[in-house]
Amino acid sequence: MDYSNLRRQAASMKKGLFDQGHLDEQFRQVEDLQDEASPNFVEEVAVLFFKDSGRLISNLEQALEKYPRDFNRWDAYMQQLKGSCSSIGASRMKSECMSFKDNCGKGNVEGCMGCLQKLKREHAILRQKLESYFQLLRQAGPTGAATRPVM
Amino acid sequence: MMSCKGLGGEGSAAAALPHVLAVDDSSVDRAVISGILRSSKFRVTAVDSGKRALELLGSEANVSMIITDYWMPEMTGYELLKKVKESSKLKGIPVVIMSSENVPTRISRCLEEGAEDFLLKPVQPSDVSRLCNRVLR
Repeated sequence: MDYSNLRRQAASMKKGLFDQGHLDEQFRQVEDLQDEASPNFVEEVAVLFFKDSGRLISNLEQALEKYPRDFNRWDAYMQQLKGSCSSIGASRMKSECMSFKDNCGKGNVEGCMGCLQKLKREHAILRQKLESYFQLLRQAGPTGAATRPVM
Repeated sequence: MMSCKGLGGEGSAAAALPHVLAVDDSSVDRAVISGILRSSKFRVTAVDSGKRALELLGSEANVSMIITDYWMPEMTGYELLKKVKESSKLKGIPVVIMSSENVPTRISRCLEEGAEDFLLKPVQPSDVSRLCNRVLR
């Protein structure tokens, strides 16, 4: 197998994620923490992020239904999600979180709903792209596939 | 001065590294702050609540620093800070607060209560290096 070609593909894929605004510099900071002792650190953090963010989005959807116009509550949920997005460098998702919070501040229910839909789309896109990226990285690794975390 | 670069090797050398207790209810943030601390050659224990932090502090004698998120359910990082500073056994342990929100009144309240520092999330390795040089002298 041509590992150097796979690594080039992975690098190109990663560049695309940055160029398209899905990821920001924080993702590189997380990557820099990866070493021989923690060779899959970035992917492990990504797995945690998608579990956490999926749960938070689900909680928020329930809150939108159960607590209509409770902008303080909605904002609090979104603050948690925004924090997670910041920590991993999920830039587009973070932007939608901030737009949602802005709409909470303005008392704009439709705006909040619109932002949530965009956020869910960005979440799905990022998850798919990162899954592909990590899969490629695993293929490109010198020892082949490591244990595959479930995202 | 206690070195933050570690001694290398296993066993007793690892035990000689400064032990940091990281407290954050977010699994993502726990992983990231643990990674940063380990890369800076700290020994790290990460827990998800102030309650668990106090339980560990009650049984673990060798914690060199606590770094805690501010906003956590049930017990905030500020409340944890207060409990640490009120304890004759624990009050000497430096406590650092982290938050994703830059709220000046929150920051000053924590510093007045005895926090060593207040870091804005996402925390950077350079923040931890600065802490190492200042807090763990």
